[in-house]
Amino acid sequence: MLELQPSDFDAIRLSLKVATSATLLSTPLGIGVAYLLVHTRIPGKSIIEGIVNLPLVLPPVVVGYLLLVLFGRRGLIGSWLMEYNIQVIFTLTGAIIASSVVGFPLLVRSIRLGMESIDPSYRRAARTLGASAWGAFFTVTLPLSGKAVFAGMTLMFARSLGEFGATIILAGNIPGVTQTIPLAIYEYTSTPGGDRMAMMLCLVSILLSFIVLLISGAASRSLDRK
Amino acid sequence: MQLAVSIRKKLGTFHFAAEFDLIGQRIGLFGPSGSGKSTLMHLLAGLLRPDSGSIRLDSTVLFDSTRGINLRPEQRRIGVVFQHSHLFPHMNVRRNLLYGWRRIPESDRHFEPESIIEVLHLGHLLDRGVNLLSGGERQRVALGRTLLSCPRLILMDEPLSGLDESLKFQIMPYLNTVFSRFGIPLLFISHSLLEMRLMTEQVLVVDHGEIKRRIVTEELAQSAWGAPGQAYVNLLRLGRPQPQGDLWRYQWGDAGLVLTEHAEQEENIFELDARDILLFKRHPEATSARNLLSCTVRKLFTVGNRVRVELQCGTQPLIVEIVPESMRELGLEENKEVVAVIKASAFRGLL
Repeated sequence: MLELQPSDFDAIRLSLKVATSATLLSTPLGIGVAYLLVHTRIPGKSIIEGIVNLPLVLPPVVVGYLLLVLFGRRGLIGSWLMEYNIQVIFTLTGAIIASSVVGFPLLVRSIRLGMESIDPSYRRAARTLGASAWGAFFTVTLPLSGKAVFAGMTLMFARSLGEFGATIILAGNIPGVTQTIPLAIYEYTSTPGGDRMAMMLCLVSILLSFIVLLISGAASRSLDRK
Repeated sequence: MQLAVSIRKKLGTFHFAAEFDLIGQRIGLFGPSGSGKSTLMHLLAGLLRPDSGSIRLDSTVLFDSTRGINLRPEQRRIGVVFQHSHLFPHMNVRRNLLYGWRRIPESDRHFEPESIIEVLHLGHLLDRGVNLLSGGERQRVALGRTLLSCPRLILMDEPLSGLDESLKFQIMPYLNTVFSRFGIPLLFISHSLLEMRLMTEQVLVVDHGEIKRRIVTEELAQSAWGAPGQAYVNLLRLGRPQPQGDLWRYQWGDAGLVLTEHAEQEENIFELDARDILLFKRHPEATSARNLLSCTVRKLFTVGNRVRVELQCGTQPLIVEIVPESMRELGLEENKEVVAVIKASAFRGLL
């Protein structure tokens, strides 16, 4: 009979944890960056845009390696974090960072498209009615891009569930600590006789992705109705 | 309201410059599309920053490039009613109406939401989503929303141009009531001469990014007459009618007018095309037309093959358009008595 191993449940739990944390932590930043790109005229905007979008075109392994260099003991950020005794490499934090960086461009792209499609007249109207620039952002721009923000979060969540390359390099493949579903499948396929177990996790993966799609569809329809 | 403006703005290849200092309650900004009317509106509201100059509203300096003053839109308290209402689509009518109201200090709240909702007849719409409103309802909500932000001046950017003819004249009474009842100064932008005459007292004529002149609205209407194909339209303000047989009798100055159309307001505005009035030398004994008014010729003015005759009918002025040949046959000259004949059906109710 096909059934899941205890370690598989760990992998599912970890996958959900990583994807949820990465998405929730990145969303405010994603909204901020999208706003900067759409509404401001700061110098070096195209450079910021390039950096944000780079993980989308780079092989995830390259992203993972660059993160490893940055967060390693002697890395720019890693050495600084070591002073506070925070370790990123081979930890859950590492897996979340890897997922965040890889999924971030998808999030920003989606929010940005949403913000760009809002008629600027709404913001102008809000300003003439007495709203400050921030007030207009929180009462008009953000609610009107709600659907796009949600779509971006869905994309990022799904991308994080499937994240492999950057995670395995930065966080390693430690069962119960950093081993998410894709990493567990990878381990099963490289173990003799692990095919069935790999197939089981693939089915779980398909199921999860399907649920994400269903939820996102339902939420988007309910936002439409408003 | 006193508005003193001296500004310059370059937008791509378009140069805009405005220099005026005026006092008034209802001011029009009249000009063709692309002449710079909306640019001026954006500059006044603080949505666009002038390259140089100054703007002063009453005693408040809104912008002064030499002193480095540039009040933000929310500090200027200048309300704007946009051409396409721009109601917030994610809020219902109530939240749209109260958006500005909630953001001003209590001391600046000159009127209550209830009174505005009543005047604009919005009571039954409050809980509706704004996407379910008709064009006229949208503009009423937009007007209410702007009024409730209790601005010191309201700019209206062609608020009627998106509406069809009949809707326009349904909205206009609301505008008139609101601006006379609440006493807020108005800057009304339009390219429609009729709207200007109904809404404003004086007009700034804008063309090619410049304020060409400042003129009393009625004078503008008469000067525009010279253009080919343009006929002058008399606007008559008539009181409540009395029935006279199956027609209606209205008081007009010290004379009476008989119309086919019935109107219900205390004051009703009718239009009467200057070409629909006949002139007779002497009183015709019997005619199918119901209105025969004895008038005095005040002024004659010929352009091409048309003559504008300004008449004085008792206390009221009336403008008639005829051709030069008729003028010669009638022997028209200033101070001569004539009889103006108007059919009861020639009047068209506007408001």
